[in-house]
Amino acid sequence: MKYYDKLIFELSKEGRQGFSLPSVTWPDSLSSLPSGLMRAKAPALPQVSELDVVRHYTNLSQMNFGVDSGFYPLGSCTMKYNPKINEEIAAHPGFAGLHPMQPAYSVQGALRVYKELSASLSAITGMAEFTLNPFAGAHGELTGLMVIRQYHISRGDTKRTRIIVPDSAHGTNPASAAVCGLDIVQVKSKSNGLVDVEDLKPLLDDTIAGIMMTNPNTLGLFEKDIKEIAALVHECGGLLYYDGANMNPLVGVVRPGDMGFDVMHLNLHKTFSTPHGGGGPGAGPVGVAAHLAAYLPVPRVVEDEGGMLYVEGCEDSCGMISGFMGNFGVLLRAYTYILMLGRQNVRMVGPLSVLGANYIKESLKDCYELPIPSICKHEFVFDGLKDKSTDVTTLDVAKRLLDYGFHAPTIYFPLLFHQAIMIEPTETESKETLDSFIEIMKHIAAEAIADPDSLKTAPHTTPVRRLDETTAARQPVLRYSKEV
Amino acid sequence: MAFSYFPHTEDDIKSMLERIGVESLEDLYSDVPQDVIYRKEYDLPDAMSEHQVRQYFDFLASQNQKMTCLCGLGAYDHYSPSVIPYITSRAEFLTAYTPYQPEVSQGTLRYIFEYQSMIAELTGMDCVNASMYDGATAAAEAVMMSVACTKKKTRVLLSEGLLPQVMMVVETYARFNGIELGYIPCADGATSYGALLAELAVGDVAGVLVPGINKFGVIEDLTGFADAAHAQKGLLMVYSDPSSLAVIKTPGEWGADIVCGDGQSLGVPLCFGGPYVGFLACLKDHVRKLPGRIVGATRDVDGKRAYVLTLQAREQHIRREKATSNICSNQSLMALYVTVYMSLMGPEGLRRVNELSYGGAHYLHDRLVATGLFEKAFDKPFLKEFTLKSVLPAAILQEILCSEGIFAGVEVEEGLVNFCVTEKHSKEELDRVVDIILSFVASNASSVISSEHSESGNPSTKEE
Repeated sequence: MKYYDKLIFELSKEGRQGFSLPSVTWPDSLSSLPSGLMRAKAPALPQVSELDVVRHYTNLSQMNFGVDSGFYPLGSCTMKYNPKINEEIAAHPGFAGLHPMQPAYSVQGALRVYKELSASLSAITGMAEFTLNPFAGAHGELTGLMVIRQYHISRGDTKRTRIIVPDSAHGTNPASAAVCGLDIVQVKSKSNGLVDVEDLKPLLDDTIAGIMMTNPNTLGLFEKDIKEIAALVHECGGLLYYDGANMNPLVGVVRPGDMGFDVMHLNLHKTFSTPHGGGGPGAGPVGVAAHLAAYLPVPRVVEDEGGMLYVEGCEDSCGMISGFMGNFGVLLRAYTYILMLGRQNVRMVGPLSVLGANYIKESLKDCYELPIPSICKHEFVFDGLKDKSTDVTTLDVAKRLLDYGFHAPTIYFPLLFHQAIMIEPTETESKETLDSFIEIMKHIAAEAIADPDSLKTAPHTTPVRRLDETTAARQPVLRYSKEV
Repeated sequence: MAFSYFPHTEDDIKSMLERIGVESLEDLYSDVPQDVIYRKEYDLPDAMSEHQVRQYFDFLASQNQKMTCLCGLGAYDHYSPSVIPYITSRAEFLTAYTPYQPEVSQGTLRYIFEYQSMIAELTGMDCVNASMYDGATAAAEAVMMSVACTKKKTRVLLSEGLLPQVMMVVETYARFNGIELGYIPCADGATSYGALLAELAVGDVAGVLVPGINKFGVIEDLTGFADAAHAQKGLLMVYSDPSSLAVIKTPGEWGADIVCGDGQSLGVPLCFGGPYVGFLACLKDHVRKLPGRIVGATRDVDGKRAYVLTLQAREQHIRREKATSNICSNQSLMALYVTVYMSLMGPEGLRRVNELSYGGAHYLHDRLVATGLFEKAFDKPFLKEFTLKSVLPAAILQEILCSEGIFAGVEVEEGLVNFCVTEKHSKEELDRVVDIILSFVASNASSVISSEHSESGNPSTKEE
């Protein structure tokens, strides 16, 4: 990785253009529009050649680290390999040119992808029906909670406006619930990291819309009391929401529908191998048990004897949550992945991801503090270095990893531990990769004692080093101007 | 047989299990109640090879009808330069996570900063976030943001000129979020200023959301809108088509406080509705209520210029249940897509895109009206899409065009149909649309003309 300093605006020279447009002339021109509707002066966009653009963005890319660059053990993010065939299928001209409002008879192939992917996700999760419209995990959460509220409202059970969220939950859980107009009730975790069923019981009454659970939870631990929790919540009239951010270890082994969950979302950009793209686009399909299908957002896709149809009007539906039918290009990638896996390979996704996580955990637990020593699922959490005699922090360890060519794990999450380091290797990483990561983590633990300064000042070899984030927030500079 | 996405050999698995101290992969699930373990065969197809996957998707794609797209309504068939997918498919961009480790994410951070700068330039706003899911959800976020900005007010006004899908998504969010909506009807194809004043007078208005170009394709004249909203201490929000903002008056110039919309018109392929890229921009007074990720400029310890996610105290992972938005990710790669597009086009290229779209749209408009089968719905200025009153029922019009490989004529309101032309369309293609309609009418005579129109004495079916 090498440092490159330019912004595209700084390459600009009056009169250059990076794309040649047709030289057609039409009888009418923009000058016939009333001047009061026109902007005063042209936007100050860059004026650069095509090659300028290609070089600039190639140079920018070289300051970035992706899964294709190296190991990316980012907990809760499931940075698995993104197969290249996925990209080719997503760019297929037979799909890329379809307008989202075309009549159903002219997009039967696209609707079939939607329906077949939904059915595959049902098979893997045990949920009866899916909508593929949500754009991301948080968007899926919001959609799923809307389905839950809509269900209660349509039954006239309008006082169910509270939702239970464990203290270990992803930050999006309470935020999604708040946006959905629900009040959050927090349930505590026990010292073994699992939801405290005794703490839960008194919270359950006729104002509870449901509970949001991540299983395995954000500590990577399987909530083994899940069936008891499901029974208790159902008994009080609430529904169970499954946050699918941590679905990867269960793929091929356990189906959320069989654990008693009523509504769930999946992150196709985690579990189903679609690339994270530097923060998106992802996809957050929502699955529901059969009795909740009517509350799913519209439009939906159904099949009858004549083929695939859109369903737009649906009395009980929670409404429309996306302009069209989701991030279709991402859906194509995920379906490609599922077809490559097939029924034969799907069974190994979860177990191999769990194998890798436990292997790293057991290999490093002498150097890093392991607060909960039980078997983990796809990820686990260390609470900083084992040796607390230095002032070396988790942040320092993470930054030092960058010097050694690894991406950092997730840090300072979950909030239950002050020095959390959350590691998730995924099933696509080889033993050799894990071994070299383990070796470097041990080396860093040794450095923390022998040469703590090398950690406190890390990274040293990256295109830029530690940033002044305080000034960035206090005096925000959020757009280019000539002085920046 | 080995599967290419799993690198583990039998020996690897064995030695890893040994290190862990368990016997088998199954033992790794000993903490899971055994009755929830799924032991049946998964109801999935057999694993396919790459070659089989390609063949299968070729087969599926063959069930889609490839058409010339002359439909707008929120998804526009602008040309997408070949440079863009080469850049966006670079693995360093494609396979990276959110730039939480800025030292190894300067590529992502820098293009987001450029994206923010370019959208700010187009909209005339000070601040832009790192992007939203799509235009409709960006509009919903704008509406929630206006409530957060104005405290204690819970009512938002929507122009009925907004695209239907935008309106419906806003309605869903508002209903669950406890925001009351009021509506401003259109008069003669544009948002009624008189109706706006009347709705504002009801009081408690946090914000007003109006389109820059409405669902009829009409360029809205927003004179007085900002003053009216501000007089009631409400915010003016504009839903904009960013491509058009290279030439038409910016929301900033109209006095808007918040701008939202879909970046799809900046060269993003139609792709059956997504991925697109929503944008959300505002004046700097409101930046601390702007949801989502934002990138800011700073320096590293050596003084090098660098970029970082900033103002994170606004975001869901810090605020949790106190958050006013739950958005976590953005559409980063699509933000790169439109950033590269805007870089390639520059101000002159984007002006030319509008010039060509304008010229083609007005040509088609005039030819269609000249057939006598269509009438101007409104006498208002438009850019690339327009609405006509159709003598033919919309469903029949759409069907005859579809059967000839042209997608156009979607009904916007009863009897009113949409056409949209971009720089991709040639005179020959547009002439063909007119010819198809005329020859259909010639061979089907008056049987297809709706009685309603015939009775109201609309123009004859002959071309003049």
